[in-house]
Amino acid sequence: MKKTFRGGVHLYEGKQITENAAIQPLNPTGDAVYPLQQHIGRPAVPVVQKGDTVLVGQRIAEAADGLSASVSATVSGTVKAIEPRLTISGNMVMSIVIDNDEQYTPVSEIGEERDFHDLRNDEIRQIARESGVVGLGGAGFPTDTKLTPADDNKIDYIIINGAECEPYLTSDHRLMLEQTDALLGGLRILLHMFPNAEGVFAIEDNKPECIKKLTHLTETHPRVRVCPLKTKYPQGGERSLIYAVTGRRVHSRVLPFQVGCIVHNVATTIALYRAVNESTPLVRRVITLSGDAFNNPGNYEVPIGTNLQEVVDLAGGFKQPPKKLIAGGPMMGTSLFTLDVPTMKTTSALLAFTEDEVGDAKETACIRCGRCAQACPAQLVPQMMVRAVRRGDIDEFEKMYGMECVSCGSCSFICPAHIPLTQSFIYAKKEVADKRRREKEGDKK
Amino acid sequence: MSELNHVSMSPHIRTSTETSDLMRDVAIALLPAGAFGVWNFGWRALLVIAVCVVTCMLTEYLYEKLMHRPVTVGDLSALVTGLLLSYNLPATIPLWIAVVGSVFSILVVKQLFGGIGQNFVNPALAARCFLLVSFGGQMTSYPAGIDGVTGATPLAMANAGEEVDLLSMFLGTHAGCIGEVSVVAILLGAAYMLIRRVINLRIPLIYIGSTLVTVVLISLFRGEGLPTVHYFLAQLLGGGLMLGAWFMANDYVTSPVTARGQWIYAILLGALTAIFRLLGSTAEGVSYAILFGNLLVPLIEKIGVPKPFGVKGAKA
Repeated sequence: MKKTFRGGVHLYEGKQITENAAIQPLNPTGDAVYPLQQHIGRPAVPVVQKGDTVLVGQRIAEAADGLSASVSATVSGTVKAIEPRLTISGNMVMSIVIDNDEQYTPVSEIGEERDFHDLRNDEIRQIARESGVVGLGGAGFPTDTKLTPADDNKIDYIIINGAECEPYLTSDHRLMLEQTDALLGGLRILLHMFPNAEGVFAIEDNKPECIKKLTHLTETHPRVRVCPLKTKYPQGGERSLIYAVTGRRVHSRVLPFQVGCIVHNVATTIALYRAVNESTPLVRRVITLSGDAFNNPGNYEVPIGTNLQEVVDLAGGFKQPPKKLIAGGPMMGTSLFTLDVPTMKTTSALLAFTEDEVGDAKETACIRCGRCAQACPAQLVPQMMVRAVRRGDIDEFEKMYGMECVSCGSCSFICPAHIPLTQSFIYAKKEVADKRRREKEGDKK
Repeated sequence: MSELNHVSMSPHIRTSTETSDLMRDVAIALLPAGAFGVWNFGWRALLVIAVCVVTCMLTEYLYEKLMHRPVTVGDLSALVTGLLLSYNLPATIPLWIAVVGSVFSILVVKQLFGGIGQNFVNPALAARCFLLVSFGGQMTSYPAGIDGVTGATPLAMANAGEEVDLLSMFLGTHAGCIGEVSVVAILLGAAYMLIRRVINLRIPLIYIGSTLVTVVLISLFRGEGLPTVHYFLAQLLGGGLMLGAWFMANDYVTSPVTARGQWIYAILLGALTAIFRLLGSTAEGVSYAILFGNLLVPLIEKIGVPKPFGVKGAKA
């Protein structure tokens, strides 16, 4: 029996478009733009000034105190400006702009080999922090914080998230096949840090090649196993994944490490390996270009900070003008009105479609079919929640455990009446968060 | 180029299944029961079905046109209501009564309360009960077969202590309403809906189980001891239980959404059905039980929102 979670939806996967396309590096020539906020937490603090010369791998912004992540230059050149720039999220974010000299000259330390056995846990955390490693699956949670549980000895599971449950995305699939050594190296570091943990590769069964290869390579390792999972969205959601692998339950007020689990995405694990063993900070990432508008859909390794328009041009451009552009997967990604934004650490894909599947559909009346409740991985009742939100009753939304919603999109996807459920919950959760913050501030006064 | 791009919040894909697809599946699932009704009761049954379906859809269309509302006939829910109402009528019903019932179901029960999704009781069932109250004689004279000779329904006979032919009850060759008589045809339709994942087993099975348990309890309470297997099966196969359990009790709009709510609702329906059947004086236990259950749904849903994933079980 393949493991899974309760709820969820079966999606058209669309992975056949790019799953066999080997990763191709792209070296852009245009300006690189680095928003200081590419992660959850406080924005990074610039340590360069306009006019400074920088090299690939040079830290240009330091992590702020607490939850934050640093940023490294991914091209060599001159700092052109530090100014607000438009990002994928649609916000103007303070960014460092570098005029690319097209030389890609690295700092001298890059590539220096290091043996993690000689490093203490806090040294490894420091390296992760200085290297700007964050969760590359999409959330951008700073990795050093994730690696800092209350007690290193009380971690039972290191789960490497290879579910890649969003349709069209294949970057983790390719990484598992092409950079297997680095991936295993990353897991070795994690097993070294957490001596009582078992390492588990959690992979959906739509990637049999990856399951086979990793099973073969880890057969003799007593502390590592591969856990094939049923292909179902959102299998790669942290809570769904922990439950499928361990049977342990995490909700919004319990962090994974409190139930003895640490989950890292495939790309993040590889980034950790590169940072620790090869002294290479996070400078490049693999991004899947897919959808019917591309000439050459595929998996491309690009320097973080590259303008998305340049990524598209270097990859062969569009064969038809797209109507819908999505950064990330179709279920949780952000739709874009322009490509004139930089690739970020968390940009796992750029999808371009000539049709908009959702925009033109009309909403009809709810027939209370209950499919939303069956699909919800958090076991909420979206049908009741949306009624509360629509009459403006945010308190009722909260009482219905609305804050447990993970915005996975399953309810909106499955709704036969095309009601924008997830969309209204994203709004309502912001309202609740605002309200809580106001109440907290009120208490202080 | 930017003005060409559609911007929206995630998710950016959705299922192609729409309300009309679900209703179409229900209508398809209703076909075997109707076809059997026509075979058993003759062309007159087909006429009743056609009159109900056409009147229901026309009523919805005209009302929405007159009220300048979007026309929703295309979602096919009026078609399903028409089919269900006709299945609950005897084939000999005067056509004008069928028309009155159809108009009542769509106009009064559905549209006046806000259209699809807003009706608080099942339109077809409410119309049936309205007709029963208004035209008791015509509504309860059941033809036994194609010749139009009326007879007692097997359930009435079983309740009176007579022996009934269980095989005939299973197949449907006996007196009753057009779409109610054939258990095998109804189960065929139910299987189709299960395969198409339009319905699940929860409400129908709990409802049927609860009915049978209550039948046993009443029998014990009366000091009659355990009912015979024969009597037990007659209760299972007889009356409107199968049509009610598979096609009406689990009507999306008028049943609870949450699993816990569905349990309470289905158990309640079963208990009421058995009580109405064995202790009541009318024959329509299933219809009244479901109608009553529909009315309690808002109350049942007030009982509480289920605990979300992990909130109860996690070690905080």
